[in-house]
Amino acid sequence: MAHNASARTIVSGRALPLREDDVDTDRIIPARYMKGVSFEGLGDFAFRDARFDESGKPTGHPFNDPRFAGASILVVNRNFGCGSSREHAPQALSRAGIAALVGESFAEIFAGNCVSLGIPAASVGHEAAREIQDLVGSDPSLAVEVDLEAREVRAGVRRFALSMPESHRKALVTGLWDSTAELLPGAAAVRALAGERGRSARLPYLGWARAGS
Amino acid sequence: MSANLFDKVWEAHKVGSLPSGRDQLFIGLHLVHEVTSPQAFAMLAERGLKVAYPERSFATCDHIVPTADQSRPFGDPQAEVMMAALEANAAAAGITFFGLDSGRQGIVHVIGPELGLTQPGMTIACGDSHTSTHGAFGAIAFGIGTSQVRDVLATQTLAMDRPKVRRIEASGSLGLGVGAKDLILFILSRLGVEGGLGYAYEYSGPAVRALGMEARMTLCNMSIEGGARAGYVSPDEATFAYVRGRPYAPAERDWEAALAYWRSVASGPDASFDDEVSIDASAIEPMVTWGVNPGQGIGVSERMPRLAELEPERRDGARLAYAHMGFAEGDRIAGKRIDVAFIGSCTNGRISDLREAAAIAKGRKVAKGVRALVVPGSQAVAAQARLEGLDLVFKEAGFEWRGAGCSMCLAMNPDKLVGSQLCASSSNRNFIGRQGSSLGRTLLMSPAMAAAAALSGEVVDSRSF
Repeated sequence: MAHNASARTIVSGRALPLREDDVDTDRIIPARYMKGVSFEGLGDFAFRDARFDESGKPTGHPFNDPRFAGASILVVNRNFGCGSSREHAPQALSRAGIAALVGESFAEIFAGNCVSLGIPAASVGHEAAREIQDLVGSDPSLAVEVDLEAREVRAGVRRFALSMPESHRKALVTGLWDSTAELLPGAAAVRALAGERGRSARLPYLGWARAGS
Repeated sequence: MSANLFDKVWEAHKVGSLPSGRDQLFIGLHLVHEVTSPQAFAMLAERGLKVAYPERSFATCDHIVPTADQSRPFGDPQAEVMMAALEANAAAAGITFFGLDSGRQGIVHVIGPELGLTQPGMTIACGDSHTSTHGAFGAIAFGIGTSQVRDVLATQTLAMDRPKVRRIEASGSLGLGVGAKDLILFILSRLGVEGGLGYAYEYSGPAVRALGMEARMTLCNMSIEGGARAGYVSPDEATFAYVRGRPYAPAERDWEAALAYWRSVASGPDASFDDEVSIDASAIEPMVTWGVNPGQGIGVSERMPRLAELEPERRDGARLAYAHMGFAEGDRIAGKRIDVAFIGSCTNGRISDLREAAAIAKGRKVAKGVRALVVPGSQAVAAQARLEGLDLVFKEAGFEWRGAGCSMCLAMNPDKLVGSQLCASSSNRNFIGRQGSSLGRTLLMSPAMAAAAALSGEVVDSRSF
């Protein structure tokens, strides 16, 4: 029972470079903008503190740069998305128009959250990430493609090998990235593991009584 | 060679292999809070799904809870909406909720252990990256995103790739006045904030064995700061003694069975690992961060690194850090004037942390111009502190004594830095903007060091008190 999941084999579009290592999810979406019970409207607050100074004046952040308006592929550096597990971060990026990320490396929880939303986060290595940033920096109209089938990122005529956990790649290209849909068919096996009334051979703790109340 | 704890616990909880190649992993304990769960409950409802195992989820409120005036409705209408949503979702699903009137509310990573919910040999997930805290008990515990919160609610399982396991062996012993916070900041300064990508960390060695349970929680808490999604300490007698008798701990009639299971999953002396790192704990002094990620830390007697001394790939980050912090390469960290001191958080908001800070604060006064806050990690911690008179020690010294919550660690509540204030903080992240002001600056350190800074008005070696 797939739920709105479709294969994500190729993402094509224009790209924008964000040059910095260790960009944490507090930077991507500051916590004070997470005060809500849905992800609606988060796109407006992506990189809010980096995009505007204290007086509310726009900075030179790439997300403010008209040359990159409408870009859908974010090109980053090392350990992007570190810190808090907030799914608000990829949700904000997605709602700001980002459909794929390319970079040197990604923090694990962030990369997993991207897969949950059908967003590829492709690693291309230190040099390649910088080269792609240079290419799109000098020509923001450059056509960029993230091709999970061919396992490469194409930027104009240049090609760069990409890598990501094979399970992430497989989930995206087969449309299995909706993890709840992938997990639900295992319900009977879960019941078998958890056992009747907590009597589980492998997980004895499920049946223990509590010391207190 | 034998399997390590991580592999044994993973194997016990593995339901099967999924079409994507990931493992389907059963989650023994799911902890829920108000920020990352409402969207998950909504997604569940949208699909017509129910919570599969409500008795294995427990909820509390921590991130948005005000720590000064906790009366309802909250002063912040958005916070009130989030709180009300969690109460309604938990009630509808039959999930136990530890609210403000329960006496058991607190930061989710503080109350799990103190209620005995957290036990060795479990898999534990929560929509919060500091879930690694629970690894202190020899559990596999990791943070998840909201879509994965939906997965756990709907199926009690997660789709996961098994990480590799790195053993970090801390030899020797920590010196007097040096603790778990210093140990983890030292590890982060050596292995970097991305060094743990793809790994779970097993902390071992005599310096780790000597730590009490709360100190082990501090250590495991910041595993995620090193890029490792999970960190743990294999359980021992100290672990079992801590768990015994707590409300959700195994009853006495199941105690022997519990011990047998817990001992069976412990890493043996011949356990194998994918990677091993050794550090000498004896060489560590109280640590303080000087930058904008938790790996940018030095000993309190040291100077901030010169760019030329750093590995080339760390120089850009250091440049950014110095620009934001207003520090210069080669500066001493000791003597930096602070504006705010914050003692609390899931890293250092437990009773042992408060005792450590109170021992420094007792009979002294917070420096003029410094705002100092003590925020207990839970209502139970607050009650114990009052029993011991620690609240009075803090108040007499000029600290603000607050109600339980995440407070100024992430500033989703009224506790925030203002402008470019410099904060001596016992929390876990010095990211730009983390404490609520985009210009705010954070120095991570132990509760003793934060208390000493509050009294001195500047960064100072707490061992001199």
